[in-house]
Amino acid sequence: MSKSTKTYWKGLPELKNDPAVIKNADKEFGEDPGHSRRDFLKMMGFSVAAVSLAACEAPIRKAIPYVNKPVDVDPGIPNYYASTYVNGGDYCSIVVKTREGRPIKVDGNSLSNVTLGGTSAQVEASVLSLYDNYRLRGPKIGAGETSKASDWETIDKEVIAKLGEIATKGGQIRIVSNTILSPSTKAAIDVFKAKYPTTQHIQYDQVSNYGIAKANEASFGSAFIPSYDFTKAKTIVSIGADFLGTWGSSIEFSKQFASTRDITDTKREMSRLYQFETTLSLTGANADYRSMIKPSQEGLVVAQLYNLVAAKAGKATLSAGIDKIQHLEKAANELWENRGKSLVISGSNDKDVQLVVNAINDALGNYGVTILPNIPTYFRQGNDEAMAAFVAEAKEGKVDAIFFYNSNPVYDHPMGKELGEALKNVALTVSTSYTEDESATASAYKTPDHHYLESWNDFEPKKNFFSLSQPAITPIFKTRQAQQSFLVWAGEANNDYFEFLSSNWRKTQFARATNAVDFQSFWDKCLYDGVLEYPADAYSAVSFAGDLSAAASRISSNYSAANTGFEVVIYESYGVGNGSQANNPLLQELPDPITKATWDHYVTISQKDAKELGLDNDAEGNTVLLSITANGKTEKIAALIQPGQAPKTLGIALGYGRTKVGKVAENIGVNAYPFLALVNGSISFAATTGVKVEKTTDPFQLAQTQIHHTYMGRENVVQEATLEEFNHNPLHFREEAPKISDWDKKVDPNSLSLWKGHEYNNHHWGMAVDLNSCTGCGACVVACNVENNVALVGKQEVINRREMHWLRIDRYYSNPEGTDVDNYDALEVAAENPEVVFQPMMCQHCNNAPCETVCPVAATTHSSEGLNQMTYNRCIGTRYCANNCPYKVRRFNWFKYHDNQQFAQSNPAMNTDLGRMVLNPDVTVRSRGVMEKCSFCVQNIQAGKLSAKRERRPVKDGEVTTACMASCTTGAIVFGDLNNPESRISKLLQIELDPNRKNGIDKIAHNPRAYRVIEEIGVKPNVYYLTKIRNKDEKKAHA
Amino acid sequence: MKYRYSRHLFVTSLFVFLFSCQFVFAQDIPTEPAAISAGEALFKANCKSCHRVKEKLVGPALAGIEGRAPSIQWIKDWIRNSSKVVASGDEYGNKIYNEYGKSQMTAFTSLKDDDIMNILAYVKDEANKKAEAPVAGPTTASAGSGDGVSSTYLDIILAGMIIILVLLLVILGLIVNALKKYLSQKELSEEDKEEVVSPYSLGSVVRSPGFIFIVVFLVAALGFKTLIDGLLTIGVQQGYQPKQPIAFSHKIHAGQFEIDCKYCHTGVMKGKQASIPSPNICMNCHVSIKSGTNTGEGEIAKIYKAVGFDPATSQYSGKTAPIEWVRIHNLPDLAYFNHSQHVNVGGIECQTCHGPIQEMDVVKQYSLLTMGWCISCHRTTDVSAKGNAYYDKLLEVHDKKTMKVEDIGGLECSKCHY
Repeated sequence: MSKSTKTYWKGLPELKNDPAVIKNADKEFGEDPGHSRRDFLKMMGFSVAAVSLAACEAPIRKAIPYVNKPVDVDPGIPNYYASTYVNGGDYCSIVVKTREGRPIKVDGNSLSNVTLGGTSAQVEASVLSLYDNYRLRGPKIGAGETSKASDWETIDKEVIAKLGEIATKGGQIRIVSNTILSPSTKAAIDVFKAKYPTTQHIQYDQVSNYGIAKANEASFGSAFIPSYDFTKAKTIVSIGADFLGTWGSSIEFSKQFASTRDITDTKREMSRLYQFETTLSLTGANADYRSMIKPSQEGLVVAQLYNLVAAKAGKATLSAGIDKIQHLEKAANELWENRGKSLVISGSNDKDVQLVVNAINDALGNYGVTILPNIPTYFRQGNDEAMAAFVAEAKEGKVDAIFFYNSNPVYDHPMGKELGEALKNVALTVSTSYTEDESATASAYKTPDHHYLESWNDFEPKKNFFSLSQPAITPIFKTRQAQQSFLVWAGEANNDYFEFLSSNWRKTQFARATNAVDFQSFWDKCLYDGVLEYPADAYSAVSFAGDLSAAASRISSNYSAANTGFEVVIYESYGVGNGSQANNPLLQELPDPITKATWDHYVTISQKDAKELGLDNDAEGNTVLLSITANGKTEKIAALIQPGQAPKTLGIALGYGRTKVGKVAENIGVNAYPFLALVNGSISFAATTGVKVEKTTDPFQLAQTQIHHTYMGRENVVQEATLEEFNHNPLHFREEAPKISDWDKKVDPNSLSLWKGHEYNNHHWGMAVDLNSCTGCGACVVACNVENNVALVGKQEVINRREMHWLRIDRYYSNPEGTDVDNYDALEVAAENPEVVFQPMMCQHCNNAPCETVCPVAATTHSSEGLNQMTYNRCIGTRYCANNCPYKVRRFNWFKYHDNQQFAQSNPAMNTDLGRMVLNPDVTVRSRGVMEKCSFCVQNIQAGKLSAKRERRPVKDGEVTTACMASCTTGAIVFGDLNNPESRISKLLQIELDPNRKNGIDKIAHNPRAYRVIEEIGVKPNVYYLTKIRNKDEKKAHA
Repeated sequence: MKYRYSRHLFVTSLFVFLFSCQFVFAQDIPTEPAAISAGEALFKANCKSCHRVKEKLVGPALAGIEGRAPSIQWIKDWIRNSSKVVASGDEYGNKIYNEYGKSQMTAFTSLKDDDIMNILAYVKDEANKKAEAPVAGPTTASAGSGDGVSSTYLDIILAGMIIILVLLLVILGLIVNALKKYLSQKELSEEDKEEVVSPYSLGSVVRSPGFIFIVVFLVAALGFKTLIDGLLTIGVQQGYQPKQPIAFSHKIHAGQFEIDCKYCHTGVMKGKQASIPSPNICMNCHVSIKSGTNTGEGEIAKIYKAVGFDPATSQYSGKTAPIEWVRIHNLPDLAYFNHSQHVNVGGIECQTCHGPIQEMDVVKQYSLLTMGWCISCHRTTDVSAKGNAYYDKLLEVHDKKTMKVEDIGGLECSKCHY
């Protein structure tokens, strides 16, 4: 086997050898703030004075016990409650960790068969939203800026009076919400509707799946969204559906997809994913074959795919179609080969496109195998047409009362601005949002709901799959559950929502239960599990009855194969999502998986177009604003040159440009919702005509982490192979592993050491990261932040390359064709459509750690369990360790990020009384001037060991997890004890203990995919990576 | 009730009992030593906070209970659910209930028949023992004070001797001076003159650079040491004994009444914090003990105020006010300490770190609580590894001999700092 010929690059400036990259390559943290000798003396004088003053007298500290201690709440011991995260149409079954009655962490609930124990970055971050300073403290009366705090009695009286007036004159009442998954909430709304019969409940979604529902109605007679089973799919073709990121039940899909990508000694096959898309999405980055298409071609690509499949199936082809789409024919061939074991999905919201997709899946016999119409999902039931009709009605003054039930259409609906204007003429406007968002501001009554972590509720994300949410904390503010508000306004005497909910469950679920003894134990069990699941309905064959030719003719007229103008694609941001959690700094600072930009809104543009427009992004993120006109709206957004972006297209994320949002997200980006428009009965997430792009001279600096903490020479950093290469010789990477010179021969670098090596007598903690399963989603980064009290530093400090994330996900691009390593000119040619590798990178806990040997004060030392320990209170901040770290994973506290008003905007969790409640009490909040880094969640290791000791038994495998492992939906990160031959990690890596020294550091990993990053320098990390395998046909070119 | 804190004790005793007492008739109080010791453990864990064998506490003295109570079965019913017995209109039950201020005994539903018989066995055995002379607490105290007197004597004698020596030195100096004066007036030979008028006078020695250097060095060294010692005491609060909002005395509760520490400090076996007891635990006993030995009713009234209890009507008002205790032991935030590791896993007595708490009327910080103090203990303490399967692998490595905490990583930074 030959050596890999790929060149990996982290960003365009690096590839182009931008002078700034060279200059900063060895400056991990940016420039030192310049200080003179006089400053030093001043600071020293002040510090001495401050220390002596502070030391004079210890403050009196109080210890206040409960008056009546609840039996199961003990200080210092966490409690866990099963609950459910729901934000609009997004759903996740979770377990909430609370300490002293405060939720501090959210993990996935493995009992759920909907989300399968997975989480996402937004779910992980949602715990901080509970402590959002922008939350409403209580009910308020008055629209706009003049609203005044009020109390529930007054509000209830006024709302009921107004409702009475409206009801007597027969006025129209509307409840506007995102998708409601909760049967009991719907029942509560029905109670309200029964009292006020003119009420209509309108559901809409920011990112709608209405097209799928409509297509299914046309194809099979009922409007539903099916479940998908990716585990059974050998060939997956996705046309613009980002199912690993934002499309549908993405947590579930990620887990299913990853299980088909698992490669072991015995399982030597994997699924193949074809992605046809415009902007480089997470799914595209994980695809085996990715083709770039323009949104104006999307319908035609689907029609063409149908034609190719239909030709094989002997069916009539359609009038619409398109030629010369890369990999499309190959995809169709493989779909046909794997018919009944394949899946075609589309992210389009156009019902005609979805109808053709249904026809393809029908022709391939995928229904009942990979597509399950018998398990309809209820995630996104929003009705685009009804919502548009509602806005029109409101504008015409036909609506007398509007209740925004936890929805914010003034911001997140394309016609939000008009709606906001129209609200002024509506007699009664009420918002139940828990923050004073755009719609709440425009409403006359603000009746804040509890945060989801303070609420009771039930959910039915899929038919027959139920879950509950329960309060993990007493309501912090004078808020009231919105369902209860509806019951109160409906004049119900028994308006307690918990009672309502449990009596509803008594009537519905308990009646269904077969083995439950009494309701209380049934209820307790459901609450304990968090979920209640029944067997799915049996699959009864569906028959496709859609009108294909009509759909095809509409596709022909709505799409065009040769549009030459610019087109815009609007997509959901991986960080702030649809914008409802925009005020969450964890999400703002989470680098976008693809662009690695933080705290910013930008438009992605292809390299070719950038060149034509004369745009350039330098290594410092400097760019200019582009003026973009689409759908008749013009906005200025910063340009970000993105490899993989289809030429003549632009990508703009939703979720930014909030105006009533709180300090964190103030003044970030523009609102992209107005770019959307209703096309063919549903909201289209692309503008294909009338798009104008102009370069402005306004400078802008993006905060991208892509080139930070980089290191030179990548041959042994990222390892990948195609499935064929791997199957041909699984050990080829081993054979190619670099050798070093001994005095007479070349030897394996691991066989030589200056050091005696440590003895790990009990545990030897280690980690394995599977590059094949990692989708790069970033949930682990957020989970790590929350678990370890990692400071958020804000945009300027990210620009200064001082972000504090202990765990980062390196994203490497490479040219799929390979690069000629001897031709330096060719090295600098960036692929238009690169391959992507994601590599989570954290402290490697080296057994021969270079950082430990250079610390002058022994602040970083090695433990007898294989951990590289960092002791903050011993650190004097020389930064020698960071300098000597080959992986660039050490982070320096340049400032005091806590109790420092300078960082109050970016880091409320450490700077406000409310935010501080989220901090993990078991982890020190670091101060200025000390180093920090991944600790392998040593607090969890210690806690796991202690509970084993208390129970007088050895530690069980799986008992000790790191936050990243727990959050990883796809199971790419495995942590455990390498000394325990039964542990999951030992089995995964096929660990063999050193026969000469059982407890020594040298373990032999027999998994052919296992390698360690830059192994040849002999630092012997405890983190192993598993080679990325691409399911590609052709072999790579030989050098 | 608080049975879980002594669960392993309880389970062990249960096993001991099952093996030893199978053949005892259910209604006969066993007499085997095994049953008595099992009963003792149960008694201490469950009963002792309210009952004594020979004296009245919250509840009646238990000596002779087997004769007094209507039947053994009655005792069992009473222990498991006294309120049910009272409610059933049982005559003896109601008599006891009224006699003890209508305070209800905690229901011990988890105690099995055999457990109760063991407790009765222990009570009977204890009641039959002759009153022993109280352990010589005061004697040790007087011995201690005797030591104190002798040491002050020694100090005085030492100081006196030093004064006498200094006086002698002064007198000798005066004599030497007088002799010098006398001799200088006389004609002397050169040799003798040299002897008398020595160039090494006191003044010249004092002014010599060598002497000045030594003095400066000593003063500087002493000063430096004092400074370092002083700096090291910053934040060290050994002996810190703040006034508490309630004059709670450990001497009475833990010393005189021998209430198990774990009865009130409920977190100590399972969590990081031993936890300051919530007033509802106080109320287990103080619902009927309304007046204290030292302070009368005033201090106990503060508990009632906290929990909103009216002692006259025995009613709770629902108005509560938490008690703000002053925290005595303040570890810095950067150090992680877990009580359960030390007390539950390590089997360390509370007194090892907290001192003779059972003798303290007002609690003070007994130990240094510095890192050096932690480490020195970790260096000298054997790991309590016996019977704990967690340590099996480590014991193997150490040839099944004892190992110090230090030997298994007890001095590593990340064991306490993270």
